Order: sequence, then C-alpha cells, then structure tokens
Amino acid sequence: MQASAGRPMPRVSDRGAARWIRLAWQLRVPICGALLTGVMVVAALGAPYLAPHDPLQQEITARLRPPAWMEGGSPTHLLGTDALGRDLLSRIVYGARVSLTAGVLAVVVSGIIGVGLGLLGGYFGGRADAVVNGAVSIMMAFPFMLLALTAIAVAGPSFRNIVIVLGVTTWPIYTRVVRAETLVIREREFVLAARALGGGAGRIMLRHILPNLASTLLVLGSLEVARMIILESFLSFLGLGVPPPTPSWGGMLGEGRIHMLSKWWIATFPGLAIFLATLGITFVGDGLRDLLDPRLKDSLLGREAAGQG
Amino acid sequence: MTGYVLQRLLQALLVCLGISVITFVMLHVAGDPAQLLVPMEASREDVELLRRQLGLDRPLPVRYLIFLGGILTGNFGRSFFSQDPALGLVLDRLPATLELALAGLGLALVVAIPLGSLAALKRGTLWDRGTTALAVGGQAMPAFWLGLMLIIVFSVKLRLLPVSGRDSPAHLVLPAATLASFLLPVLMRLTRSQMIEILGQDYIRTARAKGVGMAALIFRHALRNAWIPIVTVVGLQFGRLLGGTIVTETVFAWPGAANLAVRAIRNLDYPVVQTVVILLAFSIVVVNLLTDLVVARLDPRVRLQ
Repeated sequence: MQASAGRPMPRVSDRGAARWIRLAWQLRVPICGALLTGVMVVAALGAPYLAPHDPLQQEITARLRPPAWMEGGSPTHLLGTDALGRDLLSRIVYGARVSLTAGVLAVVVSGIIGVGLGLLGGYFGGRADAVVNGAVSIMMAFPFMLLALTAIAVAGPSFRNIVIVLGVTTWPIYTRVVRAETLVIREREFVLAARALGGGAGRIMLRHILPNLASTLLVLGSLEVARMIILESFLSFLGLGVPPPTPSWGGMLGEGRIHMLSKWWIATFPGLAIFLATLGITFVGDGLRDLLDPRLKDSLLGREAAGQG
Repeated sequence: MTGYVLQRLLQALLVCLGISVITFVMLHVAGDPAQLLVPMEASREDVELLRRQLGLDRPLPVRYLIFLGGILTGNFGRSFFSQDPALGLVLDRLPATLELALAGLGLALVVAIPLGSLAALKRGTLWDRGTTALAVGGQAMPAFWLGLMLIIVFSVKLRLLPVSGRDSPAHLVLPAATLASFLLPVLMRLTRSQMIEILGQDYIRTARAKGVGMAALIFRHALRNAWIPIVTVVGLQFGRLLGGTIVTETVFAWPGAANLAVRAIRNLDYPVVQTVVILLAFSIVVVNLLTDLVVARLDPRVRLQ
C-alpha cells in the first residue's frame, strides 16, 4: 500500500525526549483540536458531576447576574445567570450533550444515505448513476437552510426531527465523494478479481470498495460533525431546534439575544462554546487528513527537509 | 457549443422539476394546511369545507399539476395571514436581499483576493500562516454568533454602527461583514492556491526576468489567470451566499426575502414559504447554469469533454 510510506519518519539523530517534543510541535494543531474535542466529550458525559448547578434550576433572586469577575458577579455563578436565574456555566456544560449527539447522529444518518447512494451510482453506472446524479443536483440547488427550517416547522421541533432533517438534507457531499472514488476503484484489479470469482455486487461494494474509502470518509465525517453542530445550533437559535427547557447552545444564544444590548454575556459564552467545539473538531479532522491522506506526506517531509537545510 | 448548451439547459429544467416535486411533497403531503387554518374548536365539517375550498380533497397528482401550473403562470397563491399574493410579498423584499448579497460578495472578494494573493507571495511566512489561521477560524465560526458579537462590539460598546434595520448605508456594514464571513475562507484559500500554482509557471518567470514590476506581475499577469476559477467558485457558492442571507437577515432584522421566509416558516404560511423556496432554488439553478456556460465559453476544454 502506498500509505505505509507516507508516515513522517523521525530522523535517526533524534533521541528520546527531543524527538517527542519535536513531534508534538509538528502536531500542535491536531493536539489542540483533540484537547478541545476531549473537553467537550468530557463535559457531555460527565455533565451531572461537573456542572456546579442544576441547569434547569431557576433562582428568581439571582436573575441576569454578570460573570464572577465583573461588578455584581459572585463566585457561585462563574459565568453569570440568564433571565430566569439559571446558571450559565451549568447550562453550557449540559448543552454539550445536545450539540455533540445531534452532530454525530446527523452525520451518521447523512453518511449512510450519502455513501449508499454514492456506491450505487458509482458501481452500477448508467441509469442508476443518472438518477443519483440528478438527485444530487436537485439537493445542491435547494436553499438547504430553508429546506431544513421548513421540514422542522412541518414536522415539529424535537431532537429526533433535527437529526433526521439534518441527515436527510446534507447527504450529497458524501455521495459526490464516494461516487467519484467508486468510479475509479471499480476498475481496479482486486475488484475485477472479486467479480471474476463470482462476488455479488453488494459484497463487492461493502467488502472491497467501501474499506478503501474508510479514511476519506473518516476525515469528511469528522469535518461534517463540526458543520452539523453549527447548523443544529442555528436551528435552536431560531427556536426550531431542541425545545426548551433542555439546555442547548443555540437555544441559549437565542434567549440571550433578547438581553444582548445590556447583558452581553448571555449570548457570548454559549456562542464561544460552539466556536471552540467546531474549531476543535475541525482541527482533529484536518489532522486526520494529514495523517491518512498520502498526498500530505510530501508537504510534511518537505518541511522536514527545509528544517534540515 | 450548441450541443453543450442544450444539454445543460435540459439538465437545469429537470432539476427545476425535481425541486418543484420536493417542495410540493414537503408542504402539501407532509403538512396539512387546512388543520392549521381553522380555529381549534372548528367542527370536522368546517375542516372538510375548507379542504374542498383549498382543493385539498383532490387526488395528489392533480394537486401537483395545479401547483406546477401555478408556478409557471406566476400564481403562487395568497398568504394565509395577510391574504396578499405571495409572489408580490416576496418580490417586494427581493431588492433588500440582493443589496445585502452583493455587498457581502463584494466585501468578501475585496478582502479575500488581496489577502490570498499576499499569502501566496509570502508563502511560508508568518503572514501566510496568519491568513490560513483566519480561514480555518472563519470556517468554524457560527456566523449568527459573529453577527451578534459585531453588534455587541460596534453598536453597543463603541456606538459606531446601528444595531438593525435598513435606513442608511451605515446599516449595511455589519450585515455585509457577517454575510462575507460565509465566503471569505473559501475564496481566500482558493486565491492562495491558484496564485501559488500560477506564480510557479514559466510565463511568470519570463515576465519577472524581463523586469516586470511586482504590481504589474500580479495584476496584469497572475490574477488574470486566477479569476476564471474564482468566478466559477463564486457561481457555485451562490447557494451558500443565499443560505448566508437567511442567517444574516435574521440576526440583523434585515427586511429581505429570507427574513420574510423565516417568519412565514414559523407561522406555517405555506404559500409564502413555497414561493421563497422555489424562487431561491430556481435562481441558484440559473446562476449555476450561467456559470457553467461562461466557463465553457472561456475554456474550450470544458465543453469538449
């Protein structure tokens, strides 16, 4: 396989700690990404243990409190409280659950649809391919956001509907990639051999073609999780996402917007959470691409060579 | 060329037909307008009467053909709420959306092309890394949050620009900046990679050897070849730009078509929703078609494929 030659090989002269530090410095962006993503996953999983308060508990005497470091803030509410006196930090910690699960599940749904159609179109070609291609063209021409908003409005806002709608409206990106790759791979010797041995179409697609797309799909899927998190939060921002009182970052932004002119923190911190989460996941996706995509070996080795010169 | 034009034209027509089918299915099959229009306490007979008046009791294929005929003759029905023709409501709002879209696109180009070119020229330097970081950060930035932060900084804290509305050119600044953030990362990366490729070519080296100045080199020789892919991508990203207007108009209460659409969606005002969806989708198809044709005109390799 060509990929095995693509690992950045440590120089022989490197020893022990120096080598690790150099490697860590080279991988600083993916490492930052992994840390940010890790924080988000930990927050989502451990929310009941990490959050200082119940995210739904309303404290009428402590409404619209500023963050602790500002005048009028208190250490009990580090990031302040919202209009109902709920602790912002606790709601942000719990909000990671909605964003993360909606993002990942939406990618799973759209990935299954998109990859399936891409394999069918690319492998069978002809009329099947024309139908798949037509469907992609139609979906690409749709003002996607309006499509998603309308579908949610018709179906009613709920966590399940958001995942389904995001999944059903964002699959073409996988189809385009998978179809193009399948067109090439289906002509390769190992596929022809499998066919000659009597392998059925389904078996060839799933056992012989799909594994060759795994790294591409892993990279694409991780970058798409970031995009889904932004889309989900925008839906929630408009009130068409996860219904209140469940804490979601987009929903908090939407609520905070009403008080934006005087109480800036309510809209600022949930948005910062969305930004850092998507940035972290994007860094991880970019890092995965650098590791898995052999084309990058040249630039990594190139940087090594430049460093030596 | 004629064959290619005809083929693309036919494709575009089929896509438009598909769009009309999906819109119809989503709004007329998945949702039931009659249920929404009648008050809670209405009797079953009242609902049935309304269904007949709206033509909802007819078979689906007939209803689809009526719907399609309406689109072709410009009859999109009347708003459930104001009773005005939906098409007129949307067309009234279109200039505001166009103004915003053009401003956002212009701003994105004016920022992305110089920054991307400079990054390509000073490849590997801090400047290059800075613009790349800006592109990555821009892609991860939720635009609606960016818009809110711009309001907090420039309108609330610094009191430089208005919060929302569309009364003066100053009102356009923050929405245009927010909308530009949708295209900026893509255009900046594209300009950078195109310029790197072009600057490595023989004719640039020749020009440089002849003693052509840096400015002339970039503007007269390099950018001239970079703009074909840039135009292509702008055309293909037109849908993204329109998607961006939905976010931007909502955040800044910009009185455009997208804002109208979001309100109509919330109210389940189907005629208005379907008008906006159809008009926007069709315009995306037309822009993509024009982009393809322009590119084919400029680059014979495309149409001879």
